[in-house]
Formats: sequence, C-alpha cells, structure tokens
Amino acid sequence: MSDPKKEWPLWEVFVRAKNGLSHKHVGSVHAADDRMAIEAARDTYTRRMEGVSLWVVPSAAIVASDPAEAGPLFEPAEDKVYRHPTFYVVPDNVKHI
Amino acid sequence: MSGDRARIDYALRLGDDALVLGQRLGEWCGHAPMLEVDLGLANIALDLIGQAQHFLAHAGALEGHGRDADKLAFRRDVLDFKNCLLVEQPNGDFAQTIARQALFSTWHELMLQRLQGSSDTAIAAVAQKAVKEVAYHASFAREWVVRLGDGTAESRQRMVDGLDWMWRFVDELFAMDLVDQAMAEAGVGVDKSTLRPEWDHLIDAMLAEATLERPAPRRGVMGGREGRHSEHLGHMLSEMQFLQRAYPDAVW
Repeated sequence: MSDPKKEWPLWEVFVRAKNGLSHKHVGSVHAADDRMAIEAARDTYTRRMEGVSLWVVPSAAIVASDPAEAGPLFEPAEDKVYRHPTFYVVPDNVKHI
Repeated sequence: MSGDRARIDYALRLGDDALVLGQRLGEWCGHAPMLEVDLGLANIALDLIGQAQHFLAHAGALEGHGRDADKLAFRRDVLDFKNCLLVEQPNGDFAQTIARQALFSTWHELMLQRLQGSSDTAIAAVAQKAVKEVAYHASFAREWVVRLGDGTAESRQRMVDGLDWMWRFVDELFAMDLVDQAMAEAGVGVDKSTLRPEWDHLIDAMLAEATLERPAPRRGVMGGREGRHSEHLGHMLSEMQFLQRAYPDAVW
C-alpha cells in the first residue's frame, strides 16, 4: 500500500436517483478537493444514468455510532413490534414508502 | 477541389480527431494514477469513439464506396488519416495527457457549438449530442491543469513540461485550408480562425488560475489535415488496427 498520508482524502457519495427521492449513499471516492470529488463521483457512480443529483461529504465529517454500544442502542427496539405501522393497508400504486 | 471531396474530408477530419484521441485515452485504461481518474479518462475515450463512429459513418455514406465507420477506422492507412497532430501526441505522463486534453477539448467545444448550426444535418445532429459530452471533457481537463499547476513542485513542473510539449500543435487547430474554406462558405463548417480569441481567453483564464505562464510562442507544426503525421500515429494505428488487419472482417 502507498503511504496513507499521501492519499487524497476520502469522500462519501450520495446520489438522488430522480426528483422526489432522497439522496442515497452509494459508495466513496478519493479526491483532492470538493470540486474534484464531484467529478470523480460523476464518473464513478452516474455513468449509467443512475442519478440527477450528487452530494459528496468528507468521510471524516461522518460521526458513526460505536459498534460496542450496538446492544443498548438497537436491541431495545427488537420487542416493540407495535412501533411498526403494519396495521395499515398500503395502496398498490404507492411506490415509494 | 470538388465540393463532394471536401465534404467527405471534412467529416473524416471531425471523425479522425475523435477516434485518435479516444484511442490514445484508452491506453490509460488500467494504468491511470487513481481508480477514479482511470474511469474518468475511459469515459471520455468512449464519448469520443462514439462521436467518431457517427462522423466516420457519415463520411463513408458520402463517399458511397461501401466503407462503414469500422472500415474507415481499422482498414485505412496512416497517410489517409486527417486528424490534427495534437490528438496523436503520446500520452507521456498524466500531466502531458491533461495538457493535450485541455488544449484540444477547449477548442473542440467551441467547434461543436458552431457545428450545431451546420447546413449538413448529419453533422449538426452529432454536434448537438456531442457538445454536452465535450463541455464536460473541457471542464475535467482544465480543472486538472489548475490542480497540477497550483499543486506540488513536482506536479507543477510536470504540468509546465506537458503544456510545453503540446503547445507547438495549437496553431494547426485554427488553420484554414481549402477544404475548411469551402466548407465554411457552404455553411457546413466553421471559420476556425474566428475561434481563437475565445480559446485564448479560456486558456489564459485556466493558466492564471493554475498560476502558470503561457508557454513561449513557437512556430506551429502543421500537416495532419493533409495526412502528414508525426511518427507516433503509425505506431498507434499498428496496435489499434492489428486485429482487423490480421483477421479481416472478424466479428465478436
């Protein structure tokens, strides 16, 4: 591997597939600055008409939850089935819910 | 010169510029400095080869001898290629490739903007599709010139050397010969000499942002449009045309 200090910073890439949908995380790119990150993201993730809008965010700006805390954070939700809105009928022609 | 021959040559020039530069950029595939750059250069190469296909198919149809785009690309000798000398120059290092791309794509975008109004409807249609692709090529390359020029001492030196290598091939982009004049008068082509001020403005703005000096003026090298090429094109074609020369009409 090359010296990590010499690598360009990492950027997380989000693509909006079409208007009305939210941006979704699709992966990451290396780039020297924000403008180049947008260009690299365009070339890497939207070559097959995947999107109409791009966001790039410095990976270093992302605050992640601690895997060691996964128990206290997520397990209490496991037995709370009443939080799922499963008692409604979703009409067939509603696509994005 | 007959109008028909000039029109065929004009389509060949447009097609060969795109084909030769597309092949050159394809040489980077798998070798670029970063994965992201590898994809970017390959995308540009494929855009250009797509444009070449359309222009060469048009030239073949005008010629009327049954040569399609593939025949013109893979079974034509080096002296019959009509591309400008700039696009056939070797890739060198990444900075040299970027120098070639910035100088060419800036010109190419200005050309295609005008060609959208060509009286030749086939040329106008290709130009309308290609102008958006090439606007991206030009912006990609100029952004890189700025990053390399205003980067480290090494990237700056490489960018200076790359521009220095390519600069002697700039004048040919704007030169008007008999074919160009006939086509400009017929409303098919562009008076390329009128593009120079805008090109100079865009390139000077790029150089200023990159904190680079404009390379010293030098005598322009010409001849590509008439088939007088540098030694580099023959070597490139021997690789590009190998399969169709060794196995004529081979298909997937």
